[in-house]
Amino acid sequence: MSTPQDQTILVLLDRGPDGQLAASAAGLLAAAVALGTPVALIVGEDADALAERAAALGAARVLTAPGDQDALTVPAVDALQAAAGHVTPAAVIAAHSVEGREVAARFALRTGAALALDAVAVERDEEGIVARHAAYGGDYLVTSAATFGAPVITLREGSVDAPPPGDGAGGDIAPEVLDVTPSEAPAARVESVEPAREASDRPDLRSAAKVVSGGRGLGSAEQFALVEELADALGAAVGASRAAVDAGFVPASHQVGQTGVSVSPQLYVALGISGAIQHLAGMQTASTIVVINTDDKAPLFEIADFGVVGDVFTVVPQLIEALRSEGSS
Amino acid sequence: MRILVLAKPVPDTYGQRTLSLETGLADRDADVAVLDEISERALEVALAHAGDHDGTEVVVLAMAPQSLQASLRKALAMGAHDAVQVVDDALVGADAVLTAEVLAAAAQRTGFDLIVAGNASTDGSGGVVPAMIAERLGIACATSLSSASIADGEVRGERASDGATLTVCAALPAVISITEALPDPRMPNFKGIMAAKKKEIETLRLGDLGVEALPDDVARSIMVEASERPPREAGTIITDTGDAGTQLARFLVANRLA
Ligand SMILES: Cc1cc2nc3c(=O)[nH]c(=O)nc-3n(C[C@H](O)[C@H](O)[C@H](O)COP(=O)(O)OP(=O)(O)OC[C@H]3O[C@@H](n4cnc5c(N)ncnc54)[C@H](O)[C@@H]3O)c2cc1C
Ligand SMILES: Cc1cc2nc3c(=O)[nH]c(=O)nc-3n(C[C@H](O)[C@H](O)[C@H](O)COP(=O)(O)OP(=O)(O)OC[C@H]3O[C@@H](n4cnc5c(N)ncnc54)[C@H](O)[C@@H]3O)c2cc1C
Repeated sequence: MSTPQDQTILVLLDRGPDGQLAASAAGLLAAAVALGTPVALIVGEDADALAERAAALGAARVLTAPGDQDALTVPAVDALQAAAGHVTPAAVIAAHSVEGREVAARFALRTGAALALDAVAVERDEEGIVARHAAYGGDYLVTSAATFGAPVITLREGSVDAPPPGDGAGGDIAPEVLDVTPSEAPAARVESVEPAREASDRPDLRSAAKVVSGGRGLGSAEQFALVEELADALGAAVGASRAAVDAGFVPASHQVGQTGVSVSPQLYVALGISGAIQHLAGMQTASTIVVINTDDKAPLFEIADFGVVGDVFTVVPQLIEALRSEGSS
Repeated sequence: MRILVLAKPVPDTYGQRTLSLETGLADRDADVAVLDEISERALEVALAHAGDHDGTEVVVLAMAPQSLQASLRKALAMGAHDAVQVVDDALVGADAVLTAEVLAAAAQRTGFDLIVAGNASTDGSGGVVPAMIAERLGIACATSLSSASIADGEVRGERASDGATLTVCAALPAVISITEALPDPRMPNFKGIMAAKKKEIETLRLGDLGVEALPDDVARSIMVEASERPPREAGTIITDTGDAGTQLARFLVANRLA
């Protein structure tokens, strides 16, 4: 009989607009290591060049497939189908990113596999592999399982920590090039790619240990700089409410909440955000919540660990100043 | 041209949303249901196109219990020409794959040139149903569009992808999904509300669609456990009298969060 650790976990790794492995790769492989033997799949041009990196992050084998870069999603679905046929996995894991989740879902539908979406953890119990989900903005913790067969699981980005560097087997690994039979399914064509304006060296919102978010209370895009200043003083990522995004203070990719990013950091600082239920849905599982708002009736105070009824434009500069002198003392 | 809009009724996020701890399923009886805001935006995309292009027919499609028909009435009141609802007791607790299979079959039966959906619902928020419908129907798919222009034979838009914006183009028939960057939906007017009351909503059952809820060879995703997160404990709230920033800094340092 094979032990669980012998079982293959097929992991689809996303690539960023620069062609490198996406930041989600480390967490995906770490989740797979806990379930069995991770086999990575990398799709697209020059995928072989990324094999070593995948191995360093924990992949025991690396499968690659070229694939028409200009066709949306379909080539990756075809590659995933070929890879699964090749290694007969006990589970398939992909990122719950825009690209990753669609590939995973189409593969699940195509092959009749069960689909577990937006998992925050994967585990084994007596019955097999199960996925944990934070439903309704973390109000509930739900466990799902497949009725039978290998589940296809999309993992929320930033939910599984990467192993400390140097843990992976790493080193030399010969990528295995897959033989993919194209499905000929019609695909949308990609006409151009515009990489997002790189937000300097700030941590990534989804996986950051600290997040500083600003709302409508910041008043303007210029004044929103205060949020960035505090974020930099704390080494935090920058988030925002939908009202701040709608007002054009920051790009939509910073939106935290129901229809934005869900974060679960050690520290969440909310500046000039009232605390609408749709905002709470994306941040209420943070370990420590700090709120600064002029309105003492703002609902966000109800879940704050430390709240300041006050003006962000006086409190925050003083806070930054105090943090600086703390750092230098 | 016929545009099919996927309109999902969801528990109102402004109210309390409950999951049954017994079944792990949304408690549709306990919550107030509304037409999902993102579905309304999808409908707005279709109605705006229809307003500028004579001969465009807008049909809304939902898979939802009979009791949630009010959401489809609202879509009709906003200006949709027709509505189709798939209702079947076997669909209680349907997972995302089954939902896509059902909607794909209903779409095929109704007929369409373009399907418009939201990028992710506000309850399940899986964000995968539109792509799976395209997979099942064997048609092109362009999802997460933050802009969309519909033309003869094709649809084009900006896809808000991971770390990049892609300009994509799909030949019709196709499925698109849109993000909340698209315009706010219109409000139903009095005339629309009156007209919607008189309209017949077509009801389909699984048998009409040839879809089985639990075939032997297809695995489903089921909830095996659900628990409620314990409420947060109340914290310290201070009113700024000149030194709140300093006090907050001390709090962060003391908790090793600075
Ligand atoms: C379907 C749906 C999905 C949604 N999804 C999201 C989502 O993902 N994320 C999200 O955030 N919202 C979402 N919303 C919107 C949400 O309902 C709120 O409208 C939004 O969160 C409000 O943002 P805000 O708190 O910045 O603005 P407001 O509610 O206007 O609050 C601004 C706050 O700033 C305070 N303030 C003003 N000036 C100052 C000052 N100088 N110093 C300190 N405080 C000040 C005010 O007292 C006020 O409390 C969604 C809504 C719907 C219907
Ligand atoms: C808390 C929770 C967790 C869940 N987890 C899982 C899971 O892990 N795996 C799984 O397979 N299922 C899961 N489900 C079930 C899944 O959400 C439902 O099957 C749902 O009907 C479809 O998925 P969605 O709402 O996530 O759709 P999304 O893909 O987010 O919806 C996108 C768009 O598709 C259209 N659409 C979707 N459903 C309908 C509908 N019924 N009628 C009309 N249009 C529609 C709408 O335009 C919508 O905006 C979960 C449900 C809940 C409430």
